[in-house]
Amino acid sequence: MRLEPDRDYRIPSACGIIGIMSQNGERFNGELAIKAISCMRERSNGLGGGFSAYGIYPEYKDFWCFHLLYDKENAKSSTEDYLKKFYTIKKDEPIPTRKIDKIQKRNILWRYFLNSQIKPTDYTDKNEEDFVVDTVMFINSKIEGAFVVSSGKNMGIFKGVGYPEDIGRFYCLEEYQGYLWTAHGRFPTNTVGWWGGAHPFGILDWSVIHNGEISSYGINRRYLLNYGYQCTLFTDTEVIAYLFDLLHRKHKLNFEIIAKILTSLFWEEIERMPEEQKKFYLALRITYGSALVNGPFAVVVANSNTMVGLNDRLKLRPQVAATKDNFVYIASEESAIREICPKPDRVWLPKAGEPVIGRLRN
Amino acid sequence: MVDKNQKRIIIREEYCMGCRLCEVYCLVQHSKTKNIIKAYKGEYPKPQPRIIIEEKGYLSFALQCRHCEDASCLEACITGAMYRDKKTGAVLCNEDKCVGCWMCIMVCPFGVIQRNRTTKKVASKCDLCLGEEIPVCIKNCPNEAIIFKEME
Amino acid sequence: MTKKTAISEFIVERDKEKCITCQVCCRMCANDVHIHDIETDEIISDSNKCVGCHFCETLCPTGALVIKRNPSELKINANWTKEIINDITKQAETGGVLLTGMGCDKPYPIYFDHIVLNASQVTNPSIDPLREPMELRTYLGRKPEKIEIKDSKLEIEIAPLLRLETPILFTAMSYGSISLNACIALARAAEEVGILYNTGEGGLHKDLYKYGKNTIVQCASGRFGVYKEYLEAGAAIEIKIGQGAKPGIGGHLPGEKVSEEISQTRMIPVGTDALSPAPHHDIYSIEDLRQLIFALKEATRYKKPVGVKIAAVHNIAPIASGIVRAGADFVAIDGLRGGTGAAPKVIRDNVGIPIELAIAVVDQRLREERIRHQASIIAGGGIRNSADVIKAIALGADAVYIGTAALVAMGCHVCQKCYTGKCNWGIATQDPYLTKRLNPEIAKNRLVNLLRAWSLEIKEMLGGMGINAIESLRGNRDQLRGAGLSDTDLKLLGIKPAGEAW
Repeated sequence: MRLEPDRDYRIPSACGIIGIMSQNGERFNGELAIKAISCMRERSNGLGGGFSAYGIYPEYKDFWCFHLLYDKENAKSSTEDYLKKFYTIKKDEPIPTRKIDKIQKRNILWRYFLNSQIKPTDYTDKNEEDFVVDTVMFINSKIEGAFVVSSGKNMGIFKGVGYPEDIGRFYCLEEYQGYLWTAHGRFPTNTVGWWGGAHPFGILDWSVIHNGEISSYGINRRYLLNYGYQCTLFTDTEVIAYLFDLLHRKHKLNFEIIAKILTSLFWEEIERMPEEQKKFYLALRITYGSALVNGPFAVVVANSNTMVGLNDRLKLRPQVAATKDNFVYIASEESAIREICPKPDRVWLPKAGEPVIGRLRN
Repeated sequence: MVDKNQKRIIIREEYCMGCRLCEVYCLVQHSKTKNIIKAYKGEYPKPQPRIIIEEKGYLSFALQCRHCEDASCLEACITGAMYRDKKTGAVLCNEDKCVGCWMCIMVCPFGVIQRNRTTKKVASKCDLCLGEEIPVCIKNCPNEAIIFKEME
Repeated sequence: MTKKTAISEFIVERDKEKCITCQVCCRMCANDVHIHDIETDEIISDSNKCVGCHFCETLCPTGALVIKRNPSELKINANWTKEIINDITKQAETGGVLLTGMGCDKPYPIYFDHIVLNASQVTNPSIDPLREPMELRTYLGRKPEKIEIKDSKLEIEIAPLLRLETPILFTAMSYGSISLNACIALARAAEEVGILYNTGEGGLHKDLYKYGKNTIVQCASGRFGVYKEYLEAGAAIEIKIGQGAKPGIGGHLPGEKVSEEISQTRMIPVGTDALSPAPHHDIYSIEDLRQLIFALKEATRYKKPVGVKIAAVHNIAPIASGIVRAGADFVAIDGLRGGTGAAPKVIRDNVGIPIELAIAVVDQRLREERIRHQASIIAGGGIRNSADVIKAIALGADAVYIGTAALVAMGCHVCQKCYTGKCNWGIATQDPYLTKRLNPEIAKNRLVNLLRAWSLEIKEMLGGMGINAIESLRGNRDQLRGAGLSDTDLKLLGIKPAGEAW
């Protein structure tokens, strides 16, 4: 793996985050997210910004949509050769962008809509989603110069080096309509940014934006290794995404319980509970001790049906939540929410370890 | 009647090592100079410790005046030199009044009163190190084989 | 008859100005070093007998005694050192195996002293343990891989676990190698702090049954004292396959030391030698071990964790993996520096590997095989301070065993003469004259103090790393860096060199 300036060194993040969701599935364009994130400009330093959007490809909603970032042309051809072995490419095209002075485009940005060719009988212990995860892991670690930015259905991640509002304009996000948007502005402590290092980080239809630094990264990463998740990016955000994938998709735990795993209750609190509850939380913490995330963090994790906001056990990074009608907002600052929603029905500061969950209603 | 707040020396023979450091410090405390090297080497006649070490096989313990509730020596004293200190409850000997008849030594059931061999012909015994916060034998016992505790 | 030529290790220096001939030293030395000459009223010290335990020096009321290393020197020789020459001399005189006590004292590299820790700054705030809760609680035993929930209720059963309030335990020191007072002190300290102590292979004295909740009972190759009530008394059972000080060989308590009480506790006749054979004679393969583990679990109705203690040797990783698959709930690894009451010197100093490497490779191997959650790792053998505890946990251990450190807290000066049974501090002896010297109350308080001090230091260091629960440190090698280690060392330990960022 060629050493990219900030690709191969773990950069702690300090930043601004915003998540907006319409629980009824009403679609709105990217302008709202851009407006909110630009309000928190001071939280970034122009070295990284990104957006995730859900519901933006309704006509291809049954296809896997891969957003790819290539350093050079032969990375693109190697990747396409690899993809053609296992998938049919329904459609592929460059991701539309416009010229913005402040964004120096150095990469090839492409998107593919794929159908997997594998049949259920091909693998006994894996399903299609595991297969897609394997594909992404392979491309990221083995094909030099290629990086899968997002790999979900009917969703996409758009990111790069620059202030997030500039990135938003660069990708023409005002032309997309989605029911769930997240946005992130980055303040990495390194000089040269790498496009793939910006947030959101995505795998399958998960996207994670993160403000914080994980002190328990060393053990979270090794724990995930057991389950086949390779943390190739050296960013903290990766472990959060993989932990959510493991606990929700594989271990089938709901988001409230996942929150209690990542930000476990203190032993003293568990001691004070009634017997039945105490046994449950003891078992939870004992089993998932290596999944406890220590260190300051405020994250917004999204998938096709849900948006979850979570804080660390000591609430060392800010996070504000608000609701209006069926809309849910989660942000680093209240001003960002009020910029796009001047009169929310309810505004509150979530407690440490208490998740804020927005759910798509069917 | 022993006051509940008054402390006495409690012996725990299971912890006594037989080192006799209690004896050393008792001697120093009752010397003129109160300096350990001078007390042993410089003072003549040598000061007398008020503590007696009982030993048999591997059992040993330090014995000193029990400052009995019902003190035989107090009754036996012909001059009234033996008296009880109101504050600590200790039985003390006023050496100015003592004539050295040694009746107290005869009646003491524990045998902890000794003939003083230094200057005057008086009875010599433990005085709970009056003036000190805690008797020096207890302070310096390396294994807490003697302790200072309220009587229950 | 040839004169003895081995040079004594220590000389006793007495300051004649300060010596008051109180004779405390004469009375207190179990090796009869100090003799009072009645005619001259002077004390004469025979330095040849001095073992360097410093008991007399500690007690001397005027500080007149100093115990020094004997300056009588042979010609400097890096290869034929004084110690080696002395050892040969002693063997020429006796024809016997040289014995020694405590742990390996040779200058093999101490990896703990080449590992440094992280602290958070700027991008990640450090946590102040006086302001925020800092959790050291640890659970040992077999843990499930995942939780099954049905109708918001817990479906699976969690196997029995041991709860420790701090990740430190007292290692196995048998009643027989140490005095009953020392055992009582360890048991009471374990109870007060909320951890466990280990009976060692000497069985459980009847006075100690009441501390059962805080006891790990050991089932060693001699099976001393192992019977139904013994197994049920403890909170867990440990099968002792080996120990770090003497991997591969058994143990021997001479008949002279088997007193009435020892005989009752170990269940052997008074005055007979207590021989622990080298292997368990019913464990000649891994499947035999599995049989024993499950026999013990059946005997205790699966209510207690059953673990295995092994010495750290070259193949420690596959051995540990086999043990976990054989059904052990915890694996205790004893490193090269582990202590003992008596062992042949040449084995203690040459057999085994350092615990730091053992923890790292076992943890990595178990994770690779995806069985790390099935057993807890307890690491011991030269844990000297709270930094060693943190480093051991960061390398992958769940908790640590301390032995020598606990004895030093009780007064031991590591003179390595435990096998003589003449421990002046009353720790490694059964002589009633000497065992009185260890007051269990005082010793217990000192042990509690030690653990309290270490726990506070651990909390400070955790807070400095930005961590507030010990689970987030376990196996978190990113918090460690190597200073002055070779590439291979770094690779085996799984840590980066100091200077490299994330």
